[in-house]
Amino acid sequence: MAPRTVAPFGPQHPVLPEPIQLKITYENEKVVDVVPALGYGHRGIEKACELNEYPKNIHLVERICGICSCIHGISYCETVERLWPLEVPPRAKYLRVIYSEMSRLHSHLLWLGLLCDALGFESMFMQFWRIREKVLDILEATSGHRVTQSISVVGGVRRDIDAEQEKTCIKVLQEVKKEAESLINVLASDPTVKARTVGKGVLTKEQAILLGINGPHLRASGVKEDSRMLGAQAYSELGFEPIVETAGDCYARALVRAREALQSIELQLEAFSKMPEGEIFERPKGRPPANEVTYRAEQPRGECFYYAKGNGTQHLERFRVRTPTFANIPSLLVMLPGCELADVPVIVLSIDPCISCTER
Amino acid sequence: MGIIQKSQVKSPWIMHFCNSSCNGCDIEVLASLTPLYDVERFGIVNMGNPKHADVLVVTGPVNYRTARVLKNLYDQIPDPKMVIAVGACASTGGVFHNCYNILGGVDKVLPVDVYVPGCAARPEAIIDGVVLALQKLSKAVGVAK
Ligand code: SF4
Repeated sequence: MAPRTVAPFGPQHPVLPEPIQLKITYENEKVVDVVPALGYGHRGIEKACELNEYPKNIHLVERICGICSCIHGISYCETVERLWPLEVPPRAKYLRVIYSEMSRLHSHLLWLGLLCDALGFESMFMQFWRIREKVLDILEATSGHRVTQSISVVGGVRRDIDAEQEKTCIKVLQEVKKEAESLINVLASDPTVKARTVGKGVLTKEQAILLGINGPHLRASGVKEDSRMLGAQAYSELGFEPIVETAGDCYARALVRAREALQSIELQLEAFSKMPEGEIFERPKGRPPANEVTYRAEQPRGECFYYAKGNGTQHLERFRVRTPTFANIPSLLVMLPGCELADVPVIVLSIDPCISCTER
Repeated sequence: MGIIQKSQVKSPWIMHFCNSSCNGCDIEVLASLTPLYDVERFGIVNMGNPKHADVLVVTGPVNYRTARVLKNLYDQIPDPKMVIAVGACASTGGVFHNCYNILGGVDKVLPVDVYVPGCAARPEAIIDGVVLALQKLSKAVGVAK
């Protein structure tokens, strides 16, 4: 047996902007064992949610994670609305879909950029982030902030998109679509990218189901499962079909996310064309009643599960979030052993880890 | 002015460390390296290695677990060094001020030179923060303008 070495990967590592540590045992250049060490990002947001009054939690919940912040905010409102239950106006439902898809688009472009960075494909990283800025620009123009939009409130949304803005959004989205398509074509056909991703970090369909993987990671292993299929908000009216790949390797995961980015542009354009006129906000009556509810949302990184318990006061008794990366981290323990040490960053990145979500 | 001092001020290498931040500021730090803002044209390069860095850019509030890591990284950066706290929560604890695992802003463990406000801080504000830090750095290395 060759001598074994244990090396820490993180908590400060150039590939990951976030603090997670993987203790990697390797033999020569082959990884034999991986132990994740978590806890660097824990703040205690769930507890803090009980301390604040329920409308103020939106700002806190949005800061569970800055990349999925918009969907966290929307989902918090959806969950709390289910305590009454409360029906939001139809236009607000469409606006929520548009903002969710916009943040999915920017998150997937961000991830595609980070993947290129991990592969050493620096210029492609810059290109993806360049077109991502356009999405951030329309987010800023419509909601007022680039990163944390705070667009949703309990009972509807905070701001409307007027006709003028709608035209700009559609124009920018079409531009982004054209550019993203050409970049994705290059990425998907590049021989170096393929050499680094095809057949790397394979997770079979059976393993994926057994480990309870979710999100694009699961769909890349050939399982057709997406919480948007449940048809919350206006998804039921948009003819949504999940994107599935079957290979289960890093390349398949990149393809799923790339195609989802394009699909989310389509969904936004469709939502703009079908969006009804009308109110965007309805003030909730009274306090959240004593009740227990759950809600499932599709984050860019996978399925996120929310639980809320009200007790008739302004405060929630319990608010719980189970985030997608929490479910996806165990897959690393299956995918990493046996791979080359140099492939570790790409495989870790391929699950799109979001540590601040996981640890809250 | 010697060549080392000159390059420290003209081409500062930054190291980014994320405490328990929400990522909002991290992606803005990264965004300032990409084409729209492109701080590389000022010679600013993002480094993964503390021993190569001149400026430590910290995002997010300090919690009980990252405090030690942060201190450790700071100690490895060669003098003279600058610390920039990016974002409301790195400066004071921000929205997380009443969370049980949060110690508070970065200044609870490290001496901070520049505070960048915003939640999330805009790339323009971050670049401004780096420029301010450089003015301080040039005083420290004795090449003040
Ligand atoms: S300042 Fe705001 S956006 Fe930045 S890391 Fe803290 S909570 Fe997130």
